[in-house]
Amino acid sequence: MSMFKIFDVSGSAVSAQSQRLNVVASNLANADTVAGPGGQAYKARQVVFQTELMGALGAAGVRVAAVGEDNTPGRRVHDPKHPGADAEGYVTYSNVNTVEEMVNMISASRSYQNNLEVMNSAKSLLLKTLQMGQS
Amino acid sequence: MINRLTDSLDFQSQALALRAERQRLLASNIANADTPGYVARDLDFAAALRDATGTATAGAAVTAALRQALPGAGGFGASTEAHLRYAAPSQTNLDGNSVDMDRERASFADNSVKYEATLRFINGSVRSMLDAMKSPQQG
Repeated sequence: MSMFKIFDVSGSAVSAQSQRLNVVASNLANADTVAGPGGQAYKARQVVFQTELMGALGAAGVRVAAVGEDNTPGRRVHDPKHPGADAEGYVTYSNVNTVEEMVNMISASRSYQNNLEVMNSAKSLLLKTLQMGQS
Repeated sequence: MINRLTDSLDFQSQALALRAERQRLLASNIANADTPGYVARDLDFAAALRDATGTATAGAAVTAALRQALPGAGGFGASTEAHLRYAAPSQTNLDGNSVDMDRERASFADNSVKYEATLRFINGSVRSMLDAMKSPQQG
């Protein structure tokens, strides 16, 4: 029955979107971080989605191909009293763009809901198919 | 004789299998709504059904020769592949993704309803067949 593949397809999408949401959460949490691990300021991370074929014809799931780092320079603020200031008195914050991350978060949660809804309707259709000829 | 009885079910069962294929295709489109470069696809349902049954009007016209050429669900992959169409993007996207979420969700709801309708048709023919088999003494 080809409908069972829907759970693979939508399940992969849900897990990919939740990974994206996870990355957004860590970006937002580090929006005001001055120094990350290794002494460098935190760099925003982005997931890269890729289509993954699920065996059957037309069943295309999603997987997270990579988690890339944003290499734009971080925000520099002149604050000589800050313990993290460099020799010139500048503090380098992370390069997280909070507005972008919020948009990313909304988009990820909407896609998550969409895929859940797809799974729910596939489930109810399959349950009705199970009762075929019984009523 | 028993063939005649089940002939009317053949058409509906082909339609049901095609509806399931389309449902899976639409689910893939919705799943890949955020994948860069993904091109949305849809099934030309009318043409696929015409191909699968040999006629678009009645299931009774399915000939034995055609049934040999399409041995049930096994032959479906090849027959539906020819009817896959690429959806024309309504708004161009910078990342090359052509999934239109509104259209996909509308198609998904439409396909769900039609799948259920086909199920009810099958249930209806099964019920009338069972009724016809009952003896007059049975309720």
